[in-house]
Amino acid sequence: MDRAATAARIAEVIEPFNKNSVAIGETTSFAGDLEWDSLTVMDFVAAIEDEFDIIISMNQQAEIETYGQLIDAVTKLQG
Amino acid sequence: MQTTDLFSKFDPLIETRRSLLATGVTDPFSLVMEKVLSPTTAICSGRETILLGTYNYMGMTFDPDVIAAGKQALDDFGAGTTGSRVLNGTYAGHRAVEDALKEFYGMDHAMVFSTGYQANLGIISTIAGKGDYIVLDIDSHASIWDGCKMGDAEVVPFKHNDIEAMEKRLKRIPEGAGKLVVLEGVYSMLGDIAPLKEMIRIAKEHGAMVLVDEAHSMGFIGPNGRGVAEDQGVLDEVDFVIGTFSKSVGTVGGFCVSNHPKFEIMRLVCRPYVFTASLPPSVVATAATSIRKLMHAGGKRAHLWENSRTLHAALTRLGFKLGTAEPQSAIIAVIMPDLERGAMMWEALLHEGLYVNLARPPATPAGMTLLRCSLCAEHTAEQVAVITGMFERAGKAVGII
Repeated sequence: MDRAATAARIAEVIEPFNKNSVAIGETTSFAGDLEWDSLTVMDFVAAIEDEFDIIISMNQQAEIETYGQLIDAVTKLQG
Repeated sequence: MQTTDLFSKFDPLIETRRSLLATGVTDPFSLVMEKVLSPTTAICSGRETILLGTYNYMGMTFDPDVIAAGKQALDDFGAGTTGSRVLNGTYAGHRAVEDALKEFYGMDHAMVFSTGYQANLGIISTIAGKGDYIVLDIDSHASIWDGCKMGDAEVVPFKHNDIEAMEKRLKRIPEGAGKLVVLEGVYSMLGDIAPLKEMIRIAKEHGAMVLVDEAHSMGFIGPNGRGVAEDQGVLDEVDFVIGTFSKSVGTVGGFCVSNHPKFEIMRLVCRPYVFTASLPPSVVATAATSIRKLMHAGGKRAHLWENSRTLHAALTRLGFKLGTAEPQSAIIAVIMPDLERGAMMWEALLHEGLYVNLARPPATPAGMTLLRCSLCAEHTAEQVAVITGMFERAGKAVGII
């Protein structure tokens, strides 16, 4: 799946987690802009993992701060 | 003047603490026990207090045989070893307590660490290294998380006690990678147990090794007190059992028992084992005596369960919200509406003459504030009745029930 298609699917998955309806762009940060706590992050990561049938280890999560970085990581993890 | 430095990251916590203490509540994290009278009572701030927040599940701290063994070892071997287990820090007593553990668990190997924290830190970080995968419950103890981090393995958490979530993650691990599943028998914050039977079966189907932390079950869960894995009939499927001397055993120290044929090499490669001083002779002597007595503690075990069931039923009847619908261990977690009322309730109980543990995030799951009660086999039925009355008065005074 290419980056654009991956981004479109991530946009669907993130929808129910974006409780404050923040406008999300490539540079939107999960901790800063979306103000997610660790529990929300865990549930969201699980949803992404299930959607794409991948593992995003905690080690990899540490490198993902923004929405754009997430799209890049998921695109890459699908191989 | 410098306004920020390395301590700036602690500002939010300092502020939380400041605003809590500004309400006039007693600091729940600086209690001093002036005198300890028994496994279940101590003098705190000049008054006799019932202890309901220790991990002294089997009341072994004041067992006369245990104390005698410690005194004898102090006389015979001195106050400390001043050395690592692999150099000058292994005395006869260290071997004796490892023999007692092998017998207690019916396993081939036992390795004793200076604390339970170091046992998890050492074993996990040493066996799961770079390129390996650790699949673990999100509510795992800090020592497990720290062991994961230190070992540099890929860390993959799953939702608490969720068998399906664990299996999905195991399935996605790349072919050929080393896999370790880390579980706990009893999760100490809510006092709930894990469905080890199903989880271990699935872990094994996916070729993973299994480590189970049985810190909060030793001595009273399972036919021989070996823990939740024994109780569910799967102890022989567990590759590594981690445990501690600082709960039912009644002193301090940690251990790992295993049947792995190459296990002894851990003594040379496990840094938290090698690069620290071994336990004092008196400590290993008290531990060995206590472990051997725990092998034949059926009566005490039955009374501990009776206490847990009685208090759980009483608190439920009073209208408190508890961590589990039925008592699953010796821990009963009373869920507080928020930190402020939790601290007020904790203080009200202390004024009644009862000590419980106030637990708050990040130690607790889902941001909960908990009053954690842990029962002891030495609590009498009368004490449990007194405790119930204290909870009722304090709960009404603070407006929680």
